[in-house]
Amino acid sequence: MEGELAHIGAGIAGLGTGLAALGVGNVAANFLAGALRNPSAAASQTATLFIGIAFAEALGIFSFLIALLLMFAV
Amino acid sequence: MASDAHGAEEGGLVFHPMDQFIVKPLFGDGPIAFYSLTNVTLWLAIAIAVIFGLLVLGSSKRAIVPTRMQSIAELSYGFIYKMVEDICGKDGVKFFPYIMTLFMFIVTANFLGLIPTAFTTTSHFAVTMVLALAVFIGVTVLGFVLNGTKFLGLFWVSSAPLGLRPILAVIELISYFVRPVSHSIRLAGNVMAGHAVIKVFAGFAAVALISPVSILAITAMYGLEVLVAFIQAYVFTILTCVYLSDALHPSH
Repeated sequence: MEGELAHIGAGIAGLGTGLAALGVGNVAANFLAGALRNPSAAASQTATLFIGIAFAEALGIFSFLIALLLMFAV
Repeated sequence: MASDAHGAEEGGLVFHPMDQFIVKPLFGDGPIAFYSLTNVTLWLAIAIAVIFGLLVLGSSKRAIVPTRMQSIAELSYGFIYKMVEDICGKDGVKFFPYIMTLFMFIVTANFLGLIPTAFTTTSHFAVTMVLALAVFIGVTVLGFVLNGTKFLGLFWVSSAPLGLRPILAVIELISYFVRPVSHSIRLAGNVMAGHAVIKVFAGFAAVALISPVSILAITAMYGLEVLVAFIQAYVFTILTCVYLSDALHPSH
C-alpha cells in the first residue's frame, strides 16, 4: 500500500515541474516583449534572462527531485 | 538507482530508462571502492583529456590566423572572461581561472554524455554536488576573509522597513543555504531528465507501429539536449559568478 501511495505522491510532485514551466515561460515571454520594444538593449540583458530562468526552474527541479525520491528512495 | 530485475520484465520496456546511470566497475564485478576504476572515472578522465587537448594543444601554436581548434579555445576563453568581467567587475577577474575551469569541465562532460553509449558524469548528484559545494564553501570563506563581519550584511536588507528586516534575514539565510542544493540539482536534474526521456522514447521504438514517431521524437529531444547541455553549463557558471560577486560586494 505504501509503495502505491508513494507513486501517487510522485505523480503529484510531477505537477510542480509543469508549474515551473509556467514560470520559465513567463520569464521568457516578458523578456521577449521587452526586447521587441527595445532591441538594442536586449543583447546586454541575456545574462539576466538566464539567471531569471535558472531561479524559476530550480523550484521545478526540486519537485522533480521529490518525485525521484518517492519513486526510488522511499 | 534501478535494480537489475527491470531488464527481465515481460511486456514492458525492454530496458529501464534509469539503467544508463548505473555506476559499474570497468574490470570485473567486484564491489566499488573509492579507488576502483568505474565508468564514471573513465568519462571524467576523458573529459579532462578533451579539455587539455582543446585548450593546451589547440592554442599551443599561437597562429595569427587561428585554426579551428584554436578558434574554439580562444572563443571560449573570451566568452567566459567577458562574463566574469560583466558580473563580478574588475576585481573578480582574478577568479577567472577557476570559473573557466568549471565551465569547460561542465560543458565538456555534458557534450561527452551526449555521445551514444557514453556515460554522463554530470547526471550524478555526487559529481555536481562536489562542484556546487566547492563554490559555496569557497564563496563563503572568501566573503568573510575579504569583508569580515560586513559579509553578514548580505542577510540584513537595509533598504527594507525595520520591522520586516528580521523576517527577511531568515528568508535570506535559508535561500543562502539552499544555494548549493539548487545549484547542483539544477544541473544534474536537467541532464538526467533529458537522458531518461530519450531512453523512454527509445523503448517505444521496439513497437513497429509507433517506431517512426519514436525515432523522430528521439531526434528532436537530442537536438534539445545539445541546447540544454550548453545552457546548463552556462547557467552553472553564471550563477557561480553571481555568488562570487555577492562575496566581493556584499552590500544589499
